[in-house]
Amino acid sequence: MIEAYQAVVLVPYAAALVLAAVPGYRVGAIGNVIASAAAFAAGLWLMLGPPTVGSYAIVDEFNVLFVAINTLVGFTTALFSASYIGHEIETGRLSPGFLRFYHAMFQAMMGSMNLALVANNIGLMWVGLELATLITVVMVGLYRTPQAIEAAWKYFILASVGISLAFFGTILVYLAGQPVLGEGLQSMTWSLLQATAVRMDPALLDLAFIFLLIGYGTKVGLAPLHAWLPDAHAEGPTPISAVLSGLLLNVALYALLRFKMLMAGQPAALDPGPIMVVMGLVSLIFAAFMLYQRRDIKRFFAYSSIEHMGLMVFAFGMGGPLANFAGLLHMAMHSLTKSSIFFAVGHVAQAKGTQRFAEIRGLSVSHPRLAVALALAVLAIAGLPPFGVFTSEFLILTTTFARQPWLALLPAFGLLVGFGALLLRLQDTIFGEPVGPAHRVDASSVPMVLHLMLVLAAGLYLPPALVIWFRRAAELLG
Amino acid sequence: MKLAYEISHLLAGVMLVVSFALLYQQRIAAVLNAFAAQSITLALAVAWAAWSEDRPDLFITATIAFLLKGIVIPVALHRTVTRLGVHREVEKVVGVGMALLVGLALCGLSQALVVKIAPVAAGLARDELALAMAIVLLGFLMMIVRRNAVTQVVGFMSMENGLILAATGAQGMPLVVEVSVAFSVLIALFVFAVFVFRIRERFDTIDIEALDRMRGDRR
Repeated sequence: MIEAYQAVVLVPYAAALVLAAVPGYRVGAIGNVIASAAAFAAGLWLMLGPPTVGSYAIVDEFNVLFVAINTLVGFTTALFSASYIGHEIETGRLSPGFLRFYHAMFQAMMGSMNLALVANNIGLMWVGLELATLITVVMVGLYRTPQAIEAAWKYFILASVGISLAFFGTILVYLAGQPVLGEGLQSMTWSLLQATAVRMDPALLDLAFIFLLIGYGTKVGLAPLHAWLPDAHAEGPTPISAVLSGLLLNVALYALLRFKMLMAGQPAALDPGPIMVVMGLVSLIFAAFMLYQRRDIKRFFAYSSIEHMGLMVFAFGMGGPLANFAGLLHMAMHSLTKSSIFFAVGHVAQAKGTQRFAEIRGLSVSHPRLAVALALAVLAIAGLPPFGVFTSEFLILTTTFARQPWLALLPAFGLLVGFGALLLRLQDTIFGEPVGPAHRVDASSVPMVLHLMLVLAAGLYLPPALVIWFRRAAELLG
Repeated sequence: MKLAYEISHLLAGVMLVVSFALLYQQRIAAVLNAFAAQSITLALAVAWAAWSEDRPDLFITATIAFLLKGIVIPVALHRTVTRLGVHREVEKVVGVGMALLVGLALCGLSQALVVKIAPVAAGLARDELALAMAIVLLGFLMMIVRRNAVTQVVGFMSMENGLILAATGAQGMPLVVEVSVAFSVLIALFVFAVFVFRIRERFDTIDIEALDRMRGDRR
């Protein structure tokens, strides 16, 4: 009998092997959906089960939250992908062989992300995140256009540097743990490291955290380490953009937060809080201004992801139960909303045959239902009530205001700047005279609508059970 | 014990010297030779650690370093450069003097950072750590100041040599073998990117600047 935490890792990996052998892209797409549904079921099972700590795996409220979001968005993205990807064959951008590869890689990526999330070993966590990153590099280059290869190359170089620095940080954490816990696997076991952090050498932990912050921060897309992110989002298949923004950035953030918890265990070591506040604010404000100059719709929303990751890092940097609660809620809301935006963008790209803003106009005339969905999704990410993103952003700002009134002005400013850009672009794409072609859209709108309804429901009413769960996770974060 | 320490120290020092040598080469062929020398030194250092500390699994890491990074990859890259026929010179973002000065500063920095750490395990790991960190940072520097695709790959692999040195120096660290295999996969993918995607065929050059022009945003 396997445990739930094994299932969330093994189901996708097994599915990857099966899908790699399945000929015919329609069967592969259906298999991809079934496997993702099974992984989601395993995620729910994990959520209902008790917290456990083993020598290789750890399950607590904090990472179960990430696994739940991961498997849910993985499932809906697989649904979207199944209805979307056939179009890529019709237009000749992909061959059936590449699609088989794509489905296998999709599952392998989901498995690797789940591995990074449930691992109780800092080495294993690193391996999971590295695998997931490498797979996304290959996926970004899938179309093999010069732009896609350039994006994949840049992503490859920056991600590998991030990987290397994070690994160096991991070695340093091992060196810090080794005199306390002894040689071998136990000095890489996360739960043991955290319990004994107070006896570790603070200088070594400081050094380790700097390397880990730069290494994993590259993956989170924190400015100035973000250069790979917009290109990688823009040039890969749209379902991959949704997974990149909605999930992979979260997993990298998760790794960073785990090490922040470790640092909190040693009072003599440096406090990661202020560094994260500064990096978060720089990313937030920088990305908000960069939004105005984007001419490509996927790059535009990729910068919006940098903005929101910045806000989350800011919230976690502030720390304390309320800010952590708000940060976790914002992460969940952002994942759902941003992936639904990328689903909508996938529809738009199919309808218009382009990703350039200049050629996407007057959607309300040519595709009224799509225009409404896109408008709602963009208003949701802009932080307008009654959507869930409003709740989390409001919480982040009010808790900051209560503690450091002047500091609250900066994220509020960044969000307002971003808000302006979002509305400006939305107006251009929705209204006005339609230009260019208006193709039929094949992709299913179910995943997009489902995500938006979840975000709306969370904004209107958060069930007490969910609040308690988020609160426990926030307490674990310290 | 003392002699074992001196020898591993010597090998790590040689690797650092080669890292500097990588920075001042004018020709890509010379860069590749220097990199091969560094990888073979790494293989020796890891093999020495495996023998003197009685950790036989490290011999696998040493063998991988020697075969893959000491021979296969340099030879493969040599052939690529010859086949492309152009760009035999190293393209620099900053001059040699400046790069070497920054490199020296990075060595000083890594020493200064490591000195703050309390001596662990009889001080053995600490000096190795400073050398390994300097090699990692110099590899990083090389990726920044040399913009040709081949030299960037070499910079990354040199960074990775430093990482494996650090992992070997960390007494009893598990996963070293696994990680060295994972890294080899990563490098294979890198070379794959240079070879199979044949950046040259699409862009007529392997200069990264040309890739930059392909950014979708500037269409």
